[in-house]
Amino acid sequence: MNIRGIAAIYKYEMHRAFRTIGQTIASPVLSTMLYFIVFGSAIGSRITDIDGVSYGAFIVPGLIMLTVLSQSVSNASFGIYFPRYSGTIYEILSAPLSFIEVIIGYVGGAASKSLIVATIVLITSSFFIDLNIAHPFWMLFFLIMTSVTFSMFGFIIGIIADGFEKLQIIPLLVITPLTFLGGSFYSINMLPEFWQKVSLLNPVVYLISGFRWSFYESADVAIHTSIIMILVFLSACIGIVAWIFKTGYRLRD
Amino acid sequence: MAETVISIQNLDKTYDNGFTALDKVNLEINKGEIFALLGPNGAGKTTLIGSICGIVSPTGGHISVFGHDTIKEYKQTRARIGLVPQELTVDSFETVWNTVTFSRGLFGKKDNPAHIEDVLKRLSLFDKKDTQVRKLSGGMKRRVLIAKALAHEPDILFLDEPTAGVDVELRKSMWAQVRKLQETGVTIILTTHYLEEAEEMADRIGFISKGNLFMTEEKTSLMKKLGKKELVLELYNPLDCTPSSLDGFNLKLANDGYQIIYTYDPAMQDNGVVSLLDQLRGLGIKCKDFNTRQSSLEEIFIELVGQE
Ligand SMILES: Nc1ncnc2c1ncn2[C@@H]1O[C@H](COP(=O)(O)OP(=O)(O)OP(=O)(O)O)[C@@H](O)[C@H]1O
Ligand SMILES: [Mg+2]
Repeated sequence: MNIRGIAAIYKYEMHRAFRTIGQTIASPVLSTMLYFIVFGSAIGSRITDIDGVSYGAFIVPGLIMLTVLSQSVSNASFGIYFPRYSGTIYEILSAPLSFIEVIIGYVGGAASKSLIVATIVLITSSFFIDLNIAHPFWMLFFLIMTSVTFSMFGFIIGIIADGFEKLQIIPLLVITPLTFLGGSFYSINMLPEFWQKVSLLNPVVYLISGFRWSFYESADVAIHTSIIMILVFLSACIGIVAWIFKTGYRLRD
Repeated sequence: MAETVISIQNLDKTYDNGFTALDKVNLEINKGEIFALLGPNGAGKTTLIGSICGIVSPTGGHISVFGHDTIKEYKQTRARIGLVPQELTVDSFETVWNTVTFSRGLFGKKDNPAHIEDVLKRLSLFDKKDTQVRKLSGGMKRRVLIAKALAHEPDILFLDEPTAGVDVELRKSMWAQVRKLQETGVTIILTTHYLEEAEEMADRIGFISKGNLFMTEEKTSLMKKLGKKELVLELYNPLDCTPSSLDGFNLKLANDGYQIIYTYDPAMQDNGVVSLLDQLRGLGIKCKDFNTRQSSLEEIFIELVGQE
């Protein structure tokens, strides 16, 4: 195992985050705060408690997940796409690194960044509402698994994309709708029955539900289902990555 | 017999679009030599280098580096190779120091600031170590790429057109650097379009055209074998045409008939020079001066590529 090689990529990715600190940390924090002010304070003050949780507190887990999902995907996809675009990927390809090691470096970097941003969002929201976390272990579990899974998903996009447009359009067309419809701002139970069923096809529902459960012990779907689903998504991403690895898809000519 | 560090057998590369860039290439590189790969644009030089370094997946054949297969044992082979790519692909936003240190880590080597410092100093980059790469000139960026390739102390160094866009003075200094590296036992494979560079630097030269490595030769024997000589005779009186009795010599007239040029092969026992001079005297053609010159690698190259 080329640990130093992995560390070099990881450090590089983290360094990139701090170099562009505005993009990486400030902007998600700012946008989360805006959501919070608009949905949590302004609109939320007119909404009754959901499952015994005030609306402001109710949306915190969803907001964090929203941030983690979009950050993971955009960080990881950009992290691997940019070297492909600029040509500096030659060095990664000529280094004694396996594909797995390259992934660990990039996905590890992107997931770490998401975790940092999530922590900052969590701290920010604690200024607005009283937070209590019922199951810290499961909260961390969902946070880490989601960061890793979606960083891997982003990595896959970064490898498949053949232009900056695609890099941006997949998160925009797929991730954003799924998270908005995934129950960040409402409980699935509030929907008509038909749409509840449809929502169950949305993977993000399981993530947000499980994550919210770790805070308030109330969930849209059974916690076990959430845990199983996140493991399924992670395996799916690992499966796709393994397939890319086998075919050498789009990295080597 | 020199130790072989790279051995390539029947290497093929057909790109996804069906284009065959390498066709049954066989090549052995000896330890410590400087090998120059010459060929016109699109000949397959970069593809050949890429196949050895892991940038390109070959579609056929075998490559071994220090006895290890470049596919099955890529970690062993890649760890010992440094690559300076043809394109100026640099990490614009990093500093020189960071990008070179990054390269060393990537290749699994323990941090060694003293080595990085030494490499940067040798390439006259040390005073730029904290500068962002994008703020450097093209020639400096090229040197950053060389520094990156040397960061992990490779035993084999590939230089894909290292002196493209580099001024004459710097080119000379880079040649000197490459020599120094060779003295420390590093094997060097370079491609270039500057034939004088190959002539100046290389121990052996390989000619590639249309994916076909059709000839590899020691430089000296190549020059001897293929190097034609020219005898230029300056005449007192100009000629309109060469006398028909001298047709066998394939003479050329130049300078409005004031010069006769005779091209011959110096390796031949009877090169015809004496008999030509005798016959000219017999015809009453007077020479006031003469000189000879050896054809350069450039001329050899053009001739070879023309034949292909
Ligand atoms: N990714 C690719 N897909 C398809 N064809 C390619 C690819 N890369 C290179 N080629 C083709 O393969 C041939 C050899 O290219 P290569 O870059 O190896 O040439 P070269 O000898 O290095 O040329 P130059 O002197 O211009 O650098 C060219 O005809 C090129 O168009
Ligand atoms: Mg080339």
